[in-house]
Amino acid sequence: MGKWVIRNSLRKLRFNHDEMTQQQLAEKVGVTRQTIVAIEKGHYSPSLELAFRIARAFNVPLEEVFFVEDNGS
Amino acid sequence: MSYQERRALASLISTLLFSTVYFGYVLQRYPAGDPYSPDVFRFWGLSILVYIPVSIIANIVIHIVVSMAHTMATKEQEHPFADERDRLIELRATQNAIYVFTVGFLLAMGSLAVNLPPSVKFIVLIVSGIMTGIVGALSELYFYRKGF
Repeated sequence: MGKWVIRNSLRKLRFNHDEMTQQQLAEKVGVTRQTIVAIEKGHYSPSLELAFRIARAFNVPLEEVFFVEDNGS
Repeated sequence: MSYQERRALASLISTLLFSTVYFGYVLQRYPAGDPYSPDVFRFWGLSILVYIPVSIIANIVIHIVVSMAHTMATKEQEHPFADERDRLIELRATQNAIYVFTVGFLLAMGSLAVNLPPSVKFIVLIVSGIMTGIVGALSELYFYRKGF
């Protein structure tokens, strides 16, 4: 199995939602702003529950927020 | 620097400072004479028993001070609470700290096995206890900096 990288479109989604701030998103999903920063930078993969909460905050399916990219080999 | 990073850094500095000051003071009172006398065991027992609650209180005070200083410096209204990432980082940091203490504990028992004076065992235990705190705080700092 090849290596996967989990990417996300948080920045784009925040922009499309009236330039929602990281703090606003953090409050909506119940985590700290630092966690949103870490997720956005790809430094932290959230739990399934948090991933769903983020998707619900933007009212989009999960795969629109998080997706997998092949890292090549 | 985030609140969590400041807290880990403060924890690291307070562990280093407090342990140095405390054991610097306590070791001056080490009873002279036979290293196997009951006075020596009483000395080490008391030193460690007093160190544990006092260091916990010192840590709590430091955390309160850091929290207040952070709020004043950043004027953030954000409540510093622990979310899933914080708990995961804390868990990993604790895991690293436990590895260090386990090594220290084994070394302390090893010192008894090779007939070194009991003071060596206590010193190794105390040093590993301090190292446990340092490694825990350093691990937290590393995970927050590097990303997790």
